[in-house]
Amino acid sequence: MQRFIDLQNKANKYTQKLSKKPRIRIGSDISGVAAGSLIISDEFHKQIALNKLDILISHVGGFGLSYAEPLIDIEMPDGSRVFYSNVQLTDVERIVQEHIIQCKPPLDIAFATSNFTSTLTSVPDFYDLPVNKMQTKILTENFGEIDPLDISEYISLGGYSSVAKALFEISPEDVHKEILDSKLRGRGGAAFPTGVKLGFLKGSNAEQKYILCNCEEGDPGAWNDKAILESDPHRLLEGLILAAIATNASHGIIFIRHGNDIPISRTKAAIQSAYDSNLLGISILGSEFSFKAEVVLVGESYVAGEETALMEAVEGKRAMPRYKPPFPAAFGVWGHPSNINNIKTIANLPSIISKGSEWFKSIGTDTSSGTAVLCLSGNILRPGLYEVAMGITIRTVIEDICGGVPNKKQLKLLQTGGPLGGVLNSTKLDTSIDFDSMAKAGAILGSGGIIVADEDVNVVDLTRMLIAFCQFESCGKCFPCRLGNSHLLEILNRICDNTSSPSDIDLMRKVGTNMQQGSLCGHGQLGFNPIKSALEYFKEDFDSAFENINKEINAPIQIPTRANRY
Amino acid sequence: MNPTANSSNLDAQINDAIQNNLSGRMTVLASLLAVQDQIGYIPQKALQIVAELNTTTINDVWGVASFYPNFRFVPPTDHSIEICWGPSCHITGAQEIIKTCLNELGLNTEGDTPDGFINFKFNTCLAACAQSPVGSIDHQVIGRLNKEKIINLLNTLKLQKN
Repeated sequence: MQRFIDLQNKANKYTQKLSKKPRIRIGSDISGVAAGSLIISDEFHKQIALNKLDILISHVGGFGLSYAEPLIDIEMPDGSRVFYSNVQLTDVERIVQEHIIQCKPPLDIAFATSNFTSTLTSVPDFYDLPVNKMQTKILTENFGEIDPLDISEYISLGGYSSVAKALFEISPEDVHKEILDSKLRGRGGAAFPTGVKLGFLKGSNAEQKYILCNCEEGDPGAWNDKAILESDPHRLLEGLILAAIATNASHGIIFIRHGNDIPISRTKAAIQSAYDSNLLGISILGSEFSFKAEVVLVGESYVAGEETALMEAVEGKRAMPRYKPPFPAAFGVWGHPSNINNIKTIANLPSIISKGSEWFKSIGTDTSSGTAVLCLSGNILRPGLYEVAMGITIRTVIEDICGGVPNKKQLKLLQTGGPLGGVLNSTKLDTSIDFDSMAKAGAILGSGGIIVADEDVNVVDLTRMLIAFCQFESCGKCFPCRLGNSHLLEILNRICDNTSSPSDIDLMRKVGTNMQQGSLCGHGQLGFNPIKSALEYFKEDFDSAFENINKEINAPIQIPTRANRY
Repeated sequence: MNPTANSSNLDAQINDAIQNNLSGRMTVLASLLAVQDQIGYIPQKALQIVAELNTTTINDVWGVASFYPNFRFVPPTDHSIEICWGPSCHITGAQEIIKTCLNELGLNTEGDTPDGFINFKFNTCLAACAQSPVGSIDHQVIGRLNKEKIINLLNTLKLQKN
């Protein structure tokens, strides 16, 4: 315990020293970079060097407000903060001159402020903006605030204290009980109770036991797993260590898709600094508990997110699901007992252990405790990443947080939980965001992606696009999925090309039922979902497509065709 | 990165990639990813070297290499463009971006331009859905694309050829 108190003291001293300098925070997660934040960052560095200023520039993750990026936050030593959104190259010189050199922030181009006494009332408080005020932040509380590569900053905000608590104050049994009592459910899609799942691994007496953390995240429309790694990777490591303490696991593997350079490099750096501080490795913090963690990269494969396919990929093979049983808790990666969890699930554990299961259960609904980290994109005014308490309605998120559909258009379609999730129409806007209500509505919460489409969307074409994704991503191991998805895509191509007939609907249902019943993993079992839900909520779109049979196609769309991977 | 390197030099590069630039522990997949990252493609010889180092067969290595779309088996082009066609991008206009790219590059579908200068590839998600439509040029993600922006970016690339 003494070692941890020393770490904390050192971290506090260090961050106090930091706060004496002006600090520029630049959102540099993938979303920020895509909006051009690196170019802005270079320009800030140039201006700071030119004026010989002593300033700290931090490449933080992101606040989640993707619509406002590139988002710059300047904090002065007195604690006042001014945020600038959609910063252009030409703004940088002015911001440096007026805000930092003359201490007169150019409020006419400011987005928001915090701790700032202003005569201009038109600039709102950052944390009072609807996008921030309506969020309940557990996983994302440090997003945009801390330097993800700086372990001291994380520790000074209370980070890793739950590990110290779990090692020195309570027993591993208590850690597991707290997770069980919190009723935390898996955030990857299946929503299985995490405490129960950890219990399977706990029951094994093997010497080597693995906790695998899944950040394959091939879901188009969801980037929250990567966001945790980009903005606060130490929270995941802290959760991973707690899961290991609860189950007496010896190894942790964080599994990331190759090509996601920012999340990969930040996670690797975080693991290294955790080793350097003895938060990972042999005899953690002087206790008797040892635990190793590493990053494993996988090639592009959606099915690699399935737990047994993931283990195959970790072993360096093709990402194809295994037959079950044996289940991972008995025979997992390299034959060792293993436990696979989504990153968001694991990242919830530090707060549960430090604040208690009662506190966690007080957030969310009876059956879905805690928060949902949602990724909003598509035809929406304020796309971004928002964390809300479970139980809030989709309407509140879309209208109040995201500002609704732009250009005075009507919302027509929602696509939730990834390509296999399904689509909903505007009558389902009042559905509560929790695992059970979403499933009842015919969609899934899944990994938390919500894609919004306005009245201009062509539902049949979008369905074809979703099936094209499922077809390309099928690993090819079992034939109902391999042939079924290809068959469904052929039929949808016929409908889009006006060469179909209404009997094709029944054919699709037949193929879909076979896939559902005969496929080895969720990819094939859920592969019919996009069509099934589209037929339920947008039947008239399909009917009108059939009215065009044998007519010329108005605007032929070239859907990308790719060679199969099998 | 020189694709015309002589064969012993290529062998050395492959061995160096696997033995010195491996991310994590050695597996067939990790070895192939290291070769792809360092050399830009998987030369035929690499299949044999990876098989030997991992004590497996060339057949098994090819099974892995052909499964993941990360890998290419001919020397790389000078530049690469990827455009996302996932649902967020599809809804916000990816089709137009894809059509524009194919037109400008003189291609029918994904692949290399005849002069071997630019490779065009579809991607299912570049993880910046909130900035859709999204693409990437030489692995640098660029969001909020429109027809004009992508034509400008392509023209800047084409200029580099001269």
